[in-house]
Amino acid sequence: MIGLQHYLTLSAILFSLSIAGIFVNRRNLILLLMCIELMLLAVNFNFIAFSRSLGDETGQVFVFFILTVAAAEAAIGLAILVVVFRNRRSINVQELDTMKG
Amino acid sequence: MFHTILFYFFAIVLIGAAIGVIFARNPVHAVMFLVLAFFQSAVLWLLIEAEFLAIVLVLVYVGAVMVLFLFVVMMLDINVEEVSGGYTRYLPLGVLVAVLMVTELAQIIWLRSTPGISAAGFASTPDGYSNTKALGAVLYTEHVYAFEIAAVILLLAIVAAITLTMRKRPGLKQQDIAAQVAVRAADRIRIVKMDAVKPDTGSEP
Amino acid sequence: MHGIHLTIVLAPLAAAIVAGLFGRQIGRAGAHWITNLAVGSSFVLSAMVLKHLYLDGGQAENYSLYTWAVSEGLRMEVGFLVDRLTALMMVVVTFVSWMVHIYTIGYMHDDPGYQRFFSYISLFTFAMLMLVMSNNFLQLFFGWEAVGVVSYLLIGFWFKRETAIFANLKAFLVNRVGDFGFILGIAGVVMFTNSLDYATVFASAGSIAAQSVEVLPGIPWNAMTLICILLFIGAMGKSAQAPLHVWLPDSMEGPTPISALIHAATMVTAGIFMVARMSPLFELSETALAVVLTIGAITAFFMGLLGIVQNDIKRVIAYSTLSQLGYMTVALGVSAYSAAIFHLMTHAFFKALLFLGAGSVIIAMHHEQDIRKMGGLRKYMPITYWTAVIGTLALIGFPGTSGFFSKDALIEAVRESHWHGQGAVYWIAYLSVVLGVFVTALYSFRMFFLVFHGEERMDKETKSHLHESPWVVTVPLILLAIPSAIIGWFTIEPVLFGGFFGEAIRVTSEHDVLARIGETFHGSWEFIVHAVTAGPAVYLALAGALTAWFLFLKRPDLPEKWAEKFSGVYNLLDRKYYFDDLYIKGFAAGGRRLGLFLWKSGDELVIDGMMVNGTARSIGRFASVLRRVQTGYLYHYAFAMFFGLTLILAWLLWA
Repeated sequence: MIGLQHYLTLSAILFSLSIAGIFVNRRNLILLLMCIELMLLAVNFNFIAFSRSLGDETGQVFVFFILTVAAAEAAIGLAILVVVFRNRRSINVQELDTMKG
Repeated sequence: MFHTILFYFFAIVLIGAAIGVIFARNPVHAVMFLVLAFFQSAVLWLLIEAEFLAIVLVLVYVGAVMVLFLFVVMMLDINVEEVSGGYTRYLPLGVLVAVLMVTELAQIIWLRSTPGISAAGFASTPDGYSNTKALGAVLYTEHVYAFEIAAVILLLAIVAAITLTMRKRPGLKQQDIAAQVAVRAADRIRIVKMDAVKPDTGSEP
Repeated sequence: MHGIHLTIVLAPLAAAIVAGLFGRQIGRAGAHWITNLAVGSSFVLSAMVLKHLYLDGGQAENYSLYTWAVSEGLRMEVGFLVDRLTALMMVVVTFVSWMVHIYTIGYMHDDPGYQRFFSYISLFTFAMLMLVMSNNFLQLFFGWEAVGVVSYLLIGFWFKRETAIFANLKAFLVNRVGDFGFILGIAGVVMFTNSLDYATVFASAGSIAAQSVEVLPGIPWNAMTLICILLFIGAMGKSAQAPLHVWLPDSMEGPTPISALIHAATMVTAGIFMVARMSPLFELSETALAVVLTIGAITAFFMGLLGIVQNDIKRVIAYSTLSQLGYMTVALGVSAYSAAIFHLMTHAFFKALLFLGAGSVIIAMHHEQDIRKMGGLRKYMPITYWTAVIGTLALIGFPGTSGFFSKDALIEAVRESHWHGQGAVYWIAYLSVVLGVFVTALYSFRMFFLVFHGEERMDKETKSHLHESPWVVTVPLILLAIPSAIIGWFTIEPVLFGGFFGEAIRVTSEHDVLARIGETFHGSWEFIVHAVTAGPAVYLALAGALTAWFLFLKRPDLPEKWAEKFSGVYNLLDRKYYFDDLYIKGFAAGGRRLGLFLWKSGDELVIDGMMVNGTARSIGRFASVLRRVQTGYLYHYAFAMFFGLTLILAWLLWA
């Protein structure tokens, strides 16, 4: 039977992969954003699995809000990305160092 | 049994898609893999009877957000070689951290979990249960304020995105309605007074 | 009586404070008036206390004035024990001090540090009185150290002289050695009795003597012997017994009144007084007494020999002081505490007299101290001359003078002290004191003849200015000459044989040599007759005087010839048995080398180099590595966060 533990494990794998993705694609801003999306997905997996396991819809409501905020975040993030690219002709994170102390 | 096979199949595809997102050289391919991953997630959510969110994920996320990503990726002329080069340097570290984390989390989930959390499967929902209806009942009563705030956040995101990306090109012609409304006659015409001059039309004999 | 005791102590302190802090406001006359008044009144009151205790049969008083601190039952108090021993010391101290105060008016007349000097000597009087009147070890130690400090200040009174600074530092350091033993002794007392109070400690003396300690593991020592020897080491430092005597001759760098007051009459006798005060303890350890006896005998004889070759007038008297202190210590060693105190008293008078006389000569000679450049001063300075005659006769123990009574009684006591056995200790002590008499007479009269008789060896300039000193100098001389000459007549019977000290000094009956002498004592006159007919001491003294006369007046060429002939012996004496060389080249230089080694390798290399700078340097190195972590790239911090999270998780899981 597939149960809570399987879902949590899957979520853990997904989360770890997205972390590895951040490590690996540290130069490409757009890929970083995608990895963050993936990470949020892993979190959503946990919420839904626990919600089902406990029989409480609040977890799913939370996922709903996370999706909302993630959409907003993606929109703003991409907007920033566009502006950055327009100004610097690059989305390489290592070059975004004008704020470096 | 069938359930289990389905789960493992979709799970493996999901993980494969995630790996694809990470290691794809071309950002467009990465987005495509991400779309695939979202699809697999939606299916997996369907498997545990979270139908509403599964549909929302496909419609909103894949339909809107992912398309937005695709838009941006294609719109920006990204130098693929330059961006994805040199990623091997941090690969061992990333893999190490990922493996370590998976090991730890797996240990927590499988060996140290409380008795209530088990692989025994989820309790089935009662007859006549509607996931959408139940969610709606909670969302519009208990969490109505949060719901409203979420709406405001979305509005904010719209405004912010537009504000960030809008720019004024020199020479761009546009209408300023406020200025049009506030205009007065004095701004438009200027009455110039001058002495009447008899036009010198020449003398006709 | 309590008010009187307090006044005696505090009047000199108040005068010292006024003269020291407000010296400029009250002026030179103000300074000497106030200090003389204070010390003079202290003397008068002390005399009253003595009269009350002795003539009126008053009771000894032992009381605490103020409890300074109580720590685990150990009471630290300020209190007075005024019995006859204390009262006698008080009278001697205040009298000599007062004489010196008067004398100083003349001697220091032209010195710019006039008020400071008066402040110091008044302060000294206060400290010395605190020492002798104390009823507990802590206050004794306070007084002990306070007189040491004042002595340090006064030896270096002319602080622009390099030799004076060297001398006061030397005195201070050598005294530290003694004080180290002293404070260990006090610690031993506290360890065994948990009390600092004399009465309590003396009451439990028997129980201390019954215990033993292992200072070196495996070798048990009698606790009383250990404590007494440690206390006596303190006395050796303060009373300049060999081998801690080296500071006293050098302390003559101080002004002459100081040499008279501190380094001859009072402070240096503090050790003698202390041992006498501790007689209930010392009585219980024959080993400690044997140590005291041996040290004293060595000092008495060998320091006297050094006096023969010295040429500085004050140094000759200084070595004489060393020798006489040795005599007192010998008396302590044979349990004749009363004889020691008696000799202390007479010595205080005649030695102060001799020093002040020497000071008078020095004034006349315009601060020339070399006796080879004097001579024939008798006709220029009659008062100084005659007082010096009295002082010298008293010093050599001429029958009838005060020094005769005390010294002869002392020698008798040593001869009677058979309880030390007929072994080496007894013979060393006895021969030392007997031969010491000859030596004393030799160096005393050598100095006397070279200064006052013979040809006049000073230059013309000095000679034309020679005259008798002013009255402020000569009056103290006369006042000191009187007790030097006659005080022995009246005091020998009560002090030595009449139980004057009562309970203040305790002697066990088998040690009580004075009682044995007392059986044959029938008054002062018989004592003189007995000494003249029986003892060798008087004849040895006369022989010494005659030898001095022969060598330094009759045949002044002989000493020089002998000095060349026996140059080995002469050098040994001239170099003071090489003690100074040993201490300076051995201990001092060794200490410097050790210090240098510790400084270079211990301090600079290990502590500074490795610990302090090493810490800083390793932090710097570590930081220069760690600095690279702070790249400023946000994603690096994110990595670190994840990594840390993973590690924390790992720790929670597996640790």
